[in-house]
Amino acid sequence: MNWSSLGPAAVFFGAIFTNNILLTNYLGMCSFLAISREVKSSVGLGAAVVFVMGMTNALNWPIQYYILVPLGLEYLGFIVYIIVIAGSVQLVEMIVERVSESLYQNLGIFLPLITVNCAVFGAVLFMFIRKYTFLASLAYGLGGGLGWAVAIVAMAGLRAKMARARVPRGLEGAGIALIIAGIMSLAFMGFSGMIPAA
Amino acid sequence: MFPIGAFFIGVGTAAAIAAVLALVMAIADATIANYGEVKISINDGSKALTVDGGRPLLSTLTAEGIFIPSACGGRGSCGLCKLAVKSGAGEYAPTELPWITEADRKNNVRLSCQVKVKRDIQIVVPEELFSVKEYATTVASIRDLTYDIKEVTLKLKDSQALDFRAGRYVQFVVPAYELTPDPVYRAYSISSSPSQKDSLELEIRLVPNGICTTYVFQHLSVGDTVHINGPYGEFYLRDSDREIIFVAGGSGMAPIKSILLDMLERGIRRKATYFFGARGTRDLFLVEEMRELENKLPGFKFVPALSNPEPGDNWQGEKGLITAVLGRHYERLDHHEAYLCGSPGMIDASIKVLKTKGLPDELIFYDKYS
Repeated sequence: MNWSSLGPAAVFFGAIFTNNILLTNYLGMCSFLAISREVKSSVGLGAAVVFVMGMTNALNWPIQYYILVPLGLEYLGFIVYIIVIAGSVQLVEMIVERVSESLYQNLGIFLPLITVNCAVFGAVLFMFIRKYTFLASLAYGLGGGLGWAVAIVAMAGLRAKMARARVPRGLEGAGIALIIAGIMSLAFMGFSGMIPAA
Repeated sequence: MFPIGAFFIGVGTAAAIAAVLALVMAIADATIANYGEVKISINDGSKALTVDGGRPLLSTLTAEGIFIPSACGGRGSCGLCKLAVKSGAGEYAPTELPWITEADRKNNVRLSCQVKVKRDIQIVVPEELFSVKEYATTVASIRDLTYDIKEVTLKLKDSQALDFRAGRYVQFVVPAYELTPDPVYRAYSISSSPSQKDSLELEIRLVPNGICTTYVFQHLSVGDTVHINGPYGEFYLRDSDREIIFVAGGSGMAPIKSILLDMLERGIRRKATYFFGARGTRDLFLVEEMRELENKLPGFKFVPALSNPEPGDNWQGEKGLITAVLGRHYERLDHHEAYLCGSPGMIDASIKVLKTKGLPDELIFYDKYS
């Protein structure tokens, strides 16, 4: 598929629905399973991921194309991307702690988890593999984050509903959550074709 | 030839990017994360502190010389550093909730290591904690009690004296080293007698990859300086004429040994039986000292029990888990009180056995090592 020819809008909506990074690539599963017990905290974590993904994509794109590529240092990419991700997540943590006490309390110790969230790193790698332009990369980061947020909030809603369901004992918790994630992923396949060429 | 220039460009670029980020972080730390000076009011204003905000309450108080007992050193995993916070703490964090009971909630009790000081706050600190002090000590000796337990003797510097009740514990301050970027605190019971005021002994059992035990086993040597603070704890011999049951395993020996030495010196001659659980003979220690105490303390009996004696151990004493030995030993516990020290598993199981024999909760005292 020729990813690089897509416009920012197509990339944005594609990242939410047809290429949902969580449901088609299965990235970012750990925090997805851990924090999806409550709608309120999953909204918070989702928002943090949108912010971090948008920011890290926007930061890593110029670093890649204005520093690493001209100097022939693409082989340092992984280290540099991770440093940028780790630094910006720290920054988000400080800001959230300052701005919203209740959000910080709800995400609490989980916020640093985004540093090791493979979805964030995956989004950076995909934008380079697919040779997105800067605007498309930014759109991909925000859309990818939003897609991840949509998935985790949907999951939290389903799990809240499931609190009253009788789940076989062996499947309680992460087991049934993984099965639900699988079914959600099948459902999201129905969106493919909705966005032309994506 | 190896392209040295290209190598330096690579390293330099990565370092430059990291440096820029570090600079941004440093600026953010000084602006966004700077909460300025805040006031801590203790016990309705009987004491007031002005501190830099932004750090956890526990470490903020420690820096001000007020030591709140904590066994895990601020990771929120021991639940010991509870304090009533009257105002200024915000909502409960998810990391606190496992430790907070209904009663705690009513009294606004918080885990002080999980509460960040961001604005003026009002707290309640039990008066006796103000007597807790930090002491600088020198390592006088380290000896092996078993293959995995060491006895560390610390001598107090500057002719200071440590006043404590037998059974209490101190916190050992592990300085920053390869396993920890910040100093951490670990609780250890004092195994020496309270009459020995210029030095103290601790029994430290190796926990694989444990921050403190690795430090003690691999880095600590005679002559080193160690900081401790204390004493803390509610584990001490109650005044009564009941028959005493001591139960311990592993380094749980420490406080019981201190209590026994104290009984000897103060002339307390109550009937007492000490059950000590171990796996094999290689886990047994201080047996001779205990036998000597049996001679000096009429009415005291030491009962070591092995759960998994090896054929080579030639073990003639009690066999089985300490709970089974306890169960075999007593019919009814009508005139007894029990002091337990060891792992949570051992303590919970022993409490169960003691209760089925009729010993009420309020006569069972314990010190859980976790």
